[in-house]
Amino acid sequence: MDSLDRLEAETITILREAYRASTKPCMLWSIGKDSTALLWMARKAFLGRVPFPMVLLETHMELPEVYTFRDELIEKWQLDYFAQICPPESEVDQTLPPATRAAARKTEGLRTMLREQKFDAVIVGIRRDEQAMRAKERVFSPRRIDGTWDVKEQPPEFWGYYTTSVPDGAHLRVHPLLSWTELDIWEYTLRENIPYVPLYLARDGKRYRSLGEKNITVPIDSNASTIEEIIEELRATRVPERAGRTMDNESEASFERLRAGGYM
Amino acid sequence: MDLRVAITGHVDHGKSTLIGRLLYDTGSLAEGKAEEILASSERRGLAVEWSFAVDAAQEERDQAITIETTRVWMHYGGRRIVIIDTPGHREFIKNMMSGAADADVGILVIDALEGIADQTYRHAYLLRLLDVPEIIVVVNKIDSVPDAEQRFAQISRDIRSVLETAGKPLRAIVPVSARDGDNVVNRSERTAWYAGPTLIDVLVALHPAAPLADRALRFDIADVYRFSDDERISVGNVVAGTIAPGDRVRIAPSGATTRVRGIKRFPEDGSPARAGEAVGLTFEDPVFIDRGDVVTHADQPGMLATSAFDGVFFWLSASPPRVGETLQLKVGRAEVAVTIAGIDETIDLGILDKVQPDESSRHTAFALRLRAARSVAAEADARCVLLRAGEVVGGGKLAHVEPASGQRADNLVLAGHLISSGARAHRNGYRGLVAWFTGLPGSGKSTIAMAVERELFARGYFVYVLDGDNVRSGLNRDLRFSREDRQENIRRVGEVAALFADAGAIVIASTISPHASDRAAARAAAHGAFHEIYVRASVETCESRDVKGHYAKARAGDLPDFTGVSAPYEEPEHPELLVDTNASPVDTSVSAVVEYLVHAATAKEALLSYSI
Repeated sequence: MDSLDRLEAETITILREAYRASTKPCMLWSIGKDSTALLWMARKAFLGRVPFPMVLLETHMELPEVYTFRDELIEKWQLDYFAQICPPESEVDQTLPPATRAAARKTEGLRTMLREQKFDAVIVGIRRDEQAMRAKERVFSPRRIDGTWDVKEQPPEFWGYYTTSVPDGAHLRVHPLLSWTELDIWEYTLRENIPYVPLYLARDGKRYRSLGEKNITVPIDSNASTIEEIIEELRATRVPERAGRTMDNESEASFERLRAGGYM
Repeated sequence: MDLRVAITGHVDHGKSTLIGRLLYDTGSLAEGKAEEILASSERRGLAVEWSFAVDAAQEERDQAITIETTRVWMHYGGRRIVIIDTPGHREFIKNMMSGAADADVGILVIDALEGIADQTYRHAYLLRLLDVPEIIVVVNKIDSVPDAEQRFAQISRDIRSVLETAGKPLRAIVPVSARDGDNVVNRSERTAWYAGPTLIDVLVALHPAAPLADRALRFDIADVYRFSDDERISVGNVVAGTIAPGDRVRIAPSGATTRVRGIKRFPEDGSPARAGEAVGLTFEDPVFIDRGDVVTHADQPGMLATSAFDGVFFWLSASPPRVGETLQLKVGRAEVAVTIAGIDETIDLGILDKVQPDESSRHTAFALRLRAARSVAAEADARCVLLRAGEVVGGGKLAHVEPASGQRADNLVLAGHLISSGARAHRNGYRGLVAWFTGLPGSGKSTIAMAVERELFARGYFVYVLDGDNVRSGLNRDLRFSREDRQENIRRVGEVAALFADAGAIVIASTISPHASDRAAARAAAHGAFHEIYVRASVETCESRDVKGHYAKARAGDLPDFTGVSAPYEEPEHPELLVDTNASPVDTSVSAVVEYLVHAATAKEALLSYSI
């Protein structure tokens, strides 16, 4: 088994544990490379059928190519999908910096969805190498009733024994991609021939390295027009993946505040 | 595959600083990160704080401590290494375990000035308990001690003796200054006396262990899917070995054998599955399979079907384990209720020495004897966790696994009854149970037991008294009155009572059974159908009755180790029913017990819980 085989087996195992431990799970699908690779592995884990809905936290601010790609994949893979509409920026914590505030709309959308639909497990495709606060996550992260995350009070988690019980009304966050890196995801996408949004490929010297909403994400300078070239580019660069995400870089604590509030 | 390296050690010995230095010197810090660290350090009035590379949380930075474990990727010489930071504070030890548990290498950081400290011992022990394959010791702040060479030799000797106690060979001991970078990635001129490798040289020579493909098959069942009507797919993990279509296999704990029909994958089925893979299986025969079952090749020694475990557990809860307490045990994918039948040893990890059981506390290790409510597949050295109310309170390894029913065959197969307990209960109109009478000699156990038996018999119940003295004249006539024999006496009564109850009878087991651990074992044997009834009377009351003349003999010294006189009686803490015979007449006690037992045997929930 090579490195990707082992990562894939770990992710499939986590997905099956999440499905077994919950009564009403769902998976967040931002339609980016990570959650689409995760969706691919969910199809493997459940032998071609994804036994839970895929949810887009909808801000109506994704790039048009993202919506096109979404519609094609729903049709092609016959996905159980719905969009959860997020409230406007005026309804989120006004003390957050502007781009962080824009991102926090998704936190509010997620809270509304949990309250109304009572999902007890939310599967999310975050990775440890993306961001320092995400690096502190557990694979199974019990959230409080209000959906918030207490980084100081996480349960012990070792040998693949996960905390799978939460009080009524609270939910589990499940993170099957924590051990993957950005490079792993692209190498896997290439190997498995997984579909992806074409915005990741360079056009006129620019490409999106990380796909966020159009008001808070900027493309990077790049000539990588194939996945092979993206992989080459990533092997050489020391620029962090989310450098183009405005909200990560507004203040030292802005992302920590987002995550403590329940952001992915 | 990335090499996973956990950095452990006592608080403030420089773990996070070492990580910052490793990242900086190998060029693994992201662009802009070094500048951010400088700015953040300056804002807090600190010199360069390399630990900010991993201590991301505001509270961690403000207090300059690591609270939660984290992971960062390091690149060096074409290798990718995952660095796992772990906290050194005693309060955050659950986070240290969470971080270090899947590491290939553990680095134990020791401050050259302070030497071996409390968490150094504890982390050394935990690295062993967690089965981290390689351990490297780093003697940090080597620049800060006057006679560095001598100090290094001293600490090396000390830590070798600690880790030998913990039974683990060391890969290397390296003197470094993490702050200045000596011997981390670059060789230091300040330690000319040290001829060994730098830390990075030691690391890149190590590789993660490969999956156990060349071992005997072990497949853990995680779930059974039935997405279409005709096919049940057992999904799980190949923990060791290889499995292929056509293989003849045995399933533990049931012992059933069948043949593998197919290996299920998406998008394409087929081809053998090797260690490390997560796949689905279908079988030729309609065998019953559930989560927690383990598949092995039929011609190999099978897994044990067992309900008795000994194990050493590192304790993570402020509330210690108690004899008689029921917890959940997770071993492999199996989960089962276990009762603590005994605590054999308490190990304080701060000094790696054995202490008295009553001084127990969090972050101590306990050797526990566990009895499960049903048989599960398990083997010695299996990693497992104990949960209390859904929370992990202990993690450890099974030391000794006793086959079910006390048989010492390593491929024991339990015969499955074709009549369920539920079916028996349904036909009888009540469920079998064990009414366990415990109390001092002369407290009135036998008198009440016989009267209850007569009353229940008259009401149409199948009831029988197992009286301590009567059993000793037959089944247990080979036993004397040593502690071991008394324990065995109670064990047998407990097992026989459990069998009677399973057969549908109401069993009244009446023995002194002075030890809580023996009663806990009897409770575990009865699989939830156990009702402890404490027949309470003071020693004075019992002695004044002295029906058998035993108290007089004991006082005269003719009966050694007589409970109540010269041997202790451990009162039940939470009996299901307490009857006090000091004041109440026999009739009152009998009525109370009859009423309780009739309710316990016929209550709707009691029958429901048994109906399958």
